[in-house]
Amino acid sequence: MSVAPPLSVRHLTVAYGERPAVWDVTWDAPTGLTAIVGPNGAGKSTLLKATLGLVPALSGEVRFFGRPLEEVRDRVGYLPQRASVDWDFPATALDVVCMARYPRMRWWGPVPKRHREAARAALAQVGMEGFAERQIGKLSGGQQQRVFLARALAQDADLVLMDEPFAAVDAATEQAIVTVLRDLVAKGRHVVAVHHDLGTVPDYFSNVLLINARVFAAGKVAEAFTPATIGATYGARLALLDQANVRAAEARAL
Amino acid sequence: MTIRDFLMLDLPPLLAALMAGATCGLLGSFLVLRRESLVGDALSHAVLPGIVLGFAITGARSGLPMLAGAMVAGLLAVVLISVVQRAARLDPGAAIGAIFTTFFAVGLVLMETTGARSVDLDLDCVLFGQLETLVWAQAEGLHSLVDPAALEGLPRQLGLLAGVGIVVAVVVAVLWRPLKLICFDPGYAAALGMPSRALEFGLALLVAAAAVAAFESVGSILVVAMLVCPAAALRLMTDRYGAQVLGGAALGAALGGVGYALAGPVPAALGLELSLNAAGVIGTLGGLMVAAAALVRAGVTRGRQGRAAVA
Amino acid sequence: MIAYNTAVVLLGCALLGLAAGTVGTFSLLRGRALVADAVGHAALPGVAIAALIVATLGGDPRALPPLLAGAATAGVLGVLAVQALARTGRIREDAAIAIVLSSFYALGVAILSWLQTQPGAAQAGLSKFILGQAAAMRAEDALVAASVAGICLLVCLVAFQRLRAVCFDPDFCRMQGLRVQAVDLLLLGLLVLVCVAGLQAVGLILVVALLVLPAATARLMTFRLPRMLAISALIGAVCGAAGAWVSALRPEVPTGAAVVLALAAVFTVALLLAPERGLLAQLYTHLRRRLAADTEHFLRATWEAQEAAGAGPGTAGDRWAPIAAVADARGWRIGRARWLAFWLAQRGLVARAEDHVHLTPRGAAAARRAVRAHRAVEHHLLAAGATDIASADRLADLVEHGLPPEVAARLLPEPSALPASPHVLGGKRP
Repeated sequence: MSVAPPLSVRHLTVAYGERPAVWDVTWDAPTGLTAIVGPNGAGKSTLLKATLGLVPALSGEVRFFGRPLEEVRDRVGYLPQRASVDWDFPATALDVVCMARYPRMRWWGPVPKRHREAARAALAQVGMEGFAERQIGKLSGGQQQRVFLARALAQDADLVLMDEPFAAVDAATEQAIVTVLRDLVAKGRHVVAVHHDLGTVPDYFSNVLLINARVFAAGKVAEAFTPATIGATYGARLALLDQANVRAAEARAL
Repeated sequence: MTIRDFLMLDLPPLLAALMAGATCGLLGSFLVLRRESLVGDALSHAVLPGIVLGFAITGARSGLPMLAGAMVAGLLAVVLISVVQRAARLDPGAAIGAIFTTFFAVGLVLMETTGARSVDLDLDCVLFGQLETLVWAQAEGLHSLVDPAALEGLPRQLGLLAGVGIVVAVVVAVLWRPLKLICFDPGYAAALGMPSRALEFGLALLVAAAAVAAFESVGSILVVAMLVCPAAALRLMTDRYGAQVLGGAALGAALGGVGYALAGPVPAALGLELSLNAAGVIGTLGGLMVAAAALVRAGVTRGRQGRAAVA
Repeated sequence: MIAYNTAVVLLGCALLGLAAGTVGTFSLLRGRALVADAVGHAALPGVAIAALIVATLGGDPRALPPLLAGAATAGVLGVLAVQALARTGRIREDAAIAIVLSSFYALGVAILSWLQTQPGAAQAGLSKFILGQAAAMRAEDALVAASVAGICLLVCLVAFQRLRAVCFDPDFCRMQGLRVQAVDLLLLGLLVLVCVAGLQAVGLILVVALLVLPAATARLMTFRLPRMLAISALIGAVCGAAGAWVSALRPEVPTGAAVVLALAAVFTVALLLAPERGLLAQLYTHLRRRLAADTEHFLRATWEAQEAAGAGPGTAGDRWAPIAAVADARGWRIGRARWLAFWLAQRGLVARAEDHVHLTPRGAAAARRAVRAHRAVEHHLLAAGATDIASADRLADLVEHGLPPEVAARLLPEPSALPASPHVLGGKRP
């Protein structure tokens, strides 16, 4: 029996204006923990957002567990990049985590107890149960990140997409995140995370996708994450894409 | 002052001020939290051509055509702001400034050319509001409050305000969680599959409707004070979302009621020869309220820091 | 023959527009466009209080200078209030602007309503400051406004380099040790002055348009600051004078509205017609690019249809190809393919007959070029070793159009035989 991969991307191309960000990416996410790695501006976050329909794709097809996103939205969790929200917003840590369960409850009235309990459990999982009633602006950066991780967990999804979960966090938070990632995998869930720190890839992840607009290598860390593939991804950029970028830049500057 | 005088002269404007304040105060928090306060400003100006046209086409100052015209104008303004912003690569403020002044100018000229002004939609109403002109001529005593015939004589602005207020309250209640999410984290709302775009337009429509309903009582410009001041004052006072949104409505209503009372009835009761434009007093109070909240907050913060330094 | 008074007022409004266009350009670039809105509305209580004081002292409450001084004072207070509110951290600048403009204006309304109940003529004509009434301006009023505008203009010219530097990159300036705050303060001061000078002509509600619209229009039309300043100032001057002119002819039209509509008309024209940034120019570029791509795709598909029918690589070009085959190869609807065939026939690139096309000599040359570019890119991508054949085909489609000739030449030096397609031809494209 063949099981559909958690995430499957076919010929996905995304461009901002005329600048191609993701080029004809075809990739099946393996089960377990996967890192998306590549240089700055390589389209890692864009790829993630495009799979969720947050940025429009020029072409291509995305499937989660073999189905379109709309049919399996409750199986897909998302941890956005940090600092895209207003930290002064009148919301407590618990409020934020409860947001993950909004699609499963009525749009009005108090949050039902079982969802509140699920949110508390998620907070406990990231070691933040003591801060449930704290306004989010009064948490440290690492704590804020853990609250958003708890929100992604509270979605109770089979696949969690994470955008730079380790960006600018303290050591304690980094450890908490790693523990959570391993727990998820132990429970048979899958994680695809955009990651920027090459040094920790082999420690934290079992699979890797190397992209720089297009796919350079994909597979088990031991096989695909080699000096050669890394060099190719970060160093030698495709001359043609460069040409296209230059032309696009010229067109914009006119 | 007799009961009859109160019912006839003070009750209608007081009710109008309360309802306008509550409706605008309720919506204001969403604008402030989404950093779209100036969209509120823009909408309150931009509905003018819609109001004038709705009035000119039907030839009567009846609520619904004006409301419809204003909502169309408001929606058009919101769409144009985003089109101009993208096409001309302006920052949001500049795009807002370009569009709302144009709409307002069109409204002014339409007012002159359609003759709308000469009848009874006049410029003073746009600029200063007309709370004082709301009277209940049929009021004779407390029994009028339960007399259907007399109630029919209530100014129709009250009906419009009540209708819009109820719609706004119901929509806010029903869409409580989606609204919270698009205020806090629109990207995540989209990732969860919420119809963010539709919600944003819906919010703009509600603000336009509130602006029209309040327009006749406080005028085009002071609507902004009712929208933004209560919400901004609460931003300085609370970290609870529920308190922010519901408190905005309460504070808005209080602002309207107290403002109206201070403008005329209270000085009159004290025997003072003072009668001010009620809308002006309401707006001024709104500003003072925010200033007071800011000062208190600054004092509290300083006090806390002082104690921290001592400790 | 224009009366002396009218002529002076027109000149005054033109100069005002000139200054507003100039100051507005800087404030737009600095992201401060709507501060002018707060300043304008904030002026109302200033004007009212100034009139009250003058009247109490027994002066002529209609004399312009004290009223403008009051307006300027209130405007400065308004700006300070916006900054103080924004400094709380909780209230963002947009909310602060909305609060200040509405509550200051409300204070003005309250004071005006009180003045009306007082004996004396303190309130006389004050409401004309709200919507502007150039027709009621006297020559000496116009001269006051004009001289304020003139001063602003002069300061802008003197401080041009500093203003430009701060508007362009404030952080860099701060690093360079430039006093960014001082320059910002200067800009705010100029903003207040222009708003105040424009009060009588344009009115305090719409004066913000005089600062925003000319600059926004100029931004659509050029990418260079000096040119942007010149265009913005010119538009401001012409529209300012035109608005005053209309209002002189038809006094019932508020001058502010007339000026704003003139500005909005120019802005709309620029938005539609501006070279490059205009909507029509963008649409034209987009359509032209698409048509060029479609043309190349059609010619290439025709060529390849013939290859698929048996002509060897490099020798195709002498057979009739069914339009349906072209449509299939591109995944187009047949209607689109027919329309393109018609268009290419008009341009003399193909001949059409009975739903078939035949490349003309010119069309064959163009088709050969297109095939060549496409295959060059395809082979290059395959040589890079990263993609399978189907994606090479697709990628090549995206890149090849307008591939600079030197790149094409490097990828596949002339003269060499046209390479065979790496994939099977004549198939149906999904």
